[in-house]
Amino acid sequence: MDSDSKSQASDTVETLQKEAEILKKRLEEERQKLNDVTLEQVAERLDCVSCPNIKPRRTLKGHQAKVLCSDWSPDKKHIVSSSQDGKMIIWDAHTTNKEHAVTMPTTWVMACAYAPSGNFVACGGLDNKVTVYPLILDEDVSLRKKTVGTHTSYMSCCLFPNSDQQILTGSGDSTCALWDVESGQLLQSFHGHSADVMSIDLAPSETGNTFVSGSVDKMVLIWDMRTGQCVQSFEGHESDVNSVKFHPSGDAVATGGDDATCRLFDLRADKEIAVYSKESIIFGANSVDFSHSGRLLFAGYNDYTVNVWDTLKCVRVWLLYGHENRVSCLQVSPDGTALSTGSWDCTLRVWA
Amino acid sequence: MLKLLKSRKHRHGGSLSSIKSNMVTMNSDKAAIKRKPDPSASGCSIQPANAETTTLQQPYISDESPNLLLYRKMEKIIEKMQDEATGVPVRTVKSFMSKIPSVFTGSDLIAWMLKNLDLEDQQEALHLAHLIAAHGYFFPIDDHMLTVKNDGTFYRFQTPYFWPSNCWEPENTDYAVYLCKRTMQNKTRLELADYEAENLARLQKMFSRKWEFIFMQAEAQSKVDKKRDKLERKVLDSQERAFWDVHRPMPGCVNTTEVDIKKACQMNKPMKGLKNLQIGAPKLSPSTSGLHPKVTVESLRKQVTLLKSQLERRNIKVSKAAESFVAYYEQYLEYDPFFVPPEYANPWVYDNTELWEQEKIAKDISARRVKRWAFSLQELLADPIGREHFEKFLEKEFSGENLKFWEAVQELKALPQSQVQNKVTEIWEYFLASDAKCPLNVDSHSYEITKKNMDAPDRWSFDNAAAHVYHLMKSDSYSRYLRSEMYKDFLNGSKKKTSVKGIRSIVSFSARKDNVP
Repeated sequence: MDSDSKSQASDTVETLQKEAEILKKRLEEERQKLNDVTLEQVAERLDCVSCPNIKPRRTLKGHQAKVLCSDWSPDKKHIVSSSQDGKMIIWDAHTTNKEHAVTMPTTWVMACAYAPSGNFVACGGLDNKVTVYPLILDEDVSLRKKTVGTHTSYMSCCLFPNSDQQILTGSGDSTCALWDVESGQLLQSFHGHSADVMSIDLAPSETGNTFVSGSVDKMVLIWDMRTGQCVQSFEGHESDVNSVKFHPSGDAVATGGDDATCRLFDLRADKEIAVYSKESIIFGANSVDFSHSGRLLFAGYNDYTVNVWDTLKCVRVWLLYGHENRVSCLQVSPDGTALSTGSWDCTLRVWA
Repeated sequence: MLKLLKSRKHRHGGSLSSIKSNMVTMNSDKAAIKRKPDPSASGCSIQPANAETTTLQQPYISDESPNLLLYRKMEKIIEKMQDEATGVPVRTVKSFMSKIPSVFTGSDLIAWMLKNLDLEDQQEALHLAHLIAAHGYFFPIDDHMLTVKNDGTFYRFQTPYFWPSNCWEPENTDYAVYLCKRTMQNKTRLELADYEAENLARLQKMFSRKWEFIFMQAEAQSKVDKKRDKLERKVLDSQERAFWDVHRPMPGCVNTTEVDIKKACQMNKPMKGLKNLQIGAPKLSPSTSGLHPKVTVESLRKQVTLLKSQLERRNIKVSKAAESFVAYYEQYLEYDPFFVPPEYANPWVYDNTELWEQEKIAKDISARRVKRWAFSLQELLADPIGREHFEKFLEKEFSGENLKFWEAVQELKALPQSQVQNKVTEIWEYFLASDAKCPLNVDSHSYEITKKNMDAPDRWSFDNAAAHVYHLMKSDSYSRYLRSEMYKDFLNGSKKKTSVKGIRSIVSFSARKDNVP
């Protein structure tokens, strides 16, 4: 038996587990070698962030139920939001006017996204589908809708990767998928997570060929869109990973999870390099995003607040109160001038 | 006049809650099933919380529900708060003709929290106290609204039996029995609030057939209650009321027992890693098993391959990574509106959309914007005006085909699937075929790969060649562009044009900087 164990065919669970354990140990040793200093130590020379004077500037009221997702339009002032009541609303966030309100055939619209052109939005949720709506003024947009892709479980997140013609989705069926909008064809599927995918984000590189996903299996995976292969993986979270976001440099990924921590994973060091947590923060984090310099990390929590972290000194610098229920989604506007938040209290807010 | 009495007996202890277990019975079987099946856990619930039981029970909490994870953290805090010596001072208060047993004041609670938890200020303490109250771990003794004020208002701890971590999902029949019972006790403090009376009326309609049964149950419970010691009853009544304030909150209050739908979906799935493992391979150590629910030869093989590739990677040190983020911050600080105001007023702050309008006009380009083109080729190409300027430069250098090719490839990637084939052919013929109109210089290696890709063309066919060309542009043309008079002139020109605004932004920047302590 033992002599056969080298050949692929007779690999047993036990031998493979042993091998994996040995490799894990070695990997851990290798990673320790890279731990020469901490991020905080390097950031010591920087001035402390003086309390950025962030205030609520707009409140968007109109949803009748929990706001579950929102996305900024590339025009920097419109927002699409989706809610548990099955509605998707297009807002002019600057004037707070509603421009479209679309009723979905399903309740729990968990995800919505603007296309890069600003002319389409995609959304979906418990219907397991991703549906694209063209935004045409003075016309019922639901007449022109198009169902692009279908998962075998709920669709938790979606985005257009640099093109109106493709949609990338993450799902409760633990896969991600890239769809062709026109034909509804599945261009690529991404298998690797062992539980529900909660969040995805596209790498800000010049080619935009990679993306990151975070899952209930506590893992953060980096994917190559061309091959469908997972190219890097990070662990560290002690519970579900709810949100993933690339650092604007593209060299790291920030995450937020149910273990009430946010973390920073560096792609080049191939390891976690910061944990943003505090003893008094006990609620899970749902959504994270960076300010344009990467210095601030905004994180929306189940405790109704947004904590603002200094990513380099690894301390909390600000706490935004205002929402009256869980903060479910949050995003810095495309030009970095504002932060939008959506909450279970049925409102969206814009902070600057 | 208030007289304070120390009362150890009424501190939510074992004596109280053990009585309770036979008093408050949920009739619905469903509620019982939904509660934790683990007998040790339900046993714990009627015992006073102590460190041992809370850590022993349910080691896999995090795998069950995100809410449970939170409940455990709150219970840790509650445990500290209930410490006889160092906790929040609990007293029995004598007022006029009666006693108010086992209470503490809001100000004592907030003071304790500020001293014992790493909270920044009173606002944060109040916020956390409010949240813990909304989950029902302590409650104002005579208010349905579960919140905390920093004053002399009295609060009481909830008995562990009623903690939300016991996975209560009480049914409407339970609620009906409870409300019905309240109407039988002619005490003013037990009078139904308006919304409760409305709820009762609604439930009575809903359960009209079962109402006799509900009424009898309520009567029986009420009888048991009446036999109790007066103070004990006061505590029990309030705890039961607080329980329902959590599970049937007053209108306008948040129902904290709600679960995120995504997490709920996931709990209902039969394929939950933990359960699988306990049946399939019970001997696995929890540290490895938690992450890999489906332990098969195939999944392990995948894992081993992944680990091997991770080991092969050449990684940089943390110091280097950290330095790069500091450098990135320093370079982009000026472009982060949360630190430095943008060139025009922030439209969200000043209700002035000049910033967005200016961006569209190509005339007035600030030095700040042009400076950014020098950060990276990506930055230059991301700005339409920068891209155009670079294109002109390349034309002068007779190397415009590189940018054209790179952009054609990006365009190809963004096309609908139906147009991909044609575009691939087009790109090949235009740039790479032997009779190409606009021949491209790629190294032979990239060329061979691309040529091979043409056998089964797709949107990624030119990626290799494009990466090569991009690298070429970056290391060659782009660095020459940055050194060129063309770029310098543009930079200086834009400085002149926007001198006033430039100064304004510099002034506001330095003014802002002065504020930094």
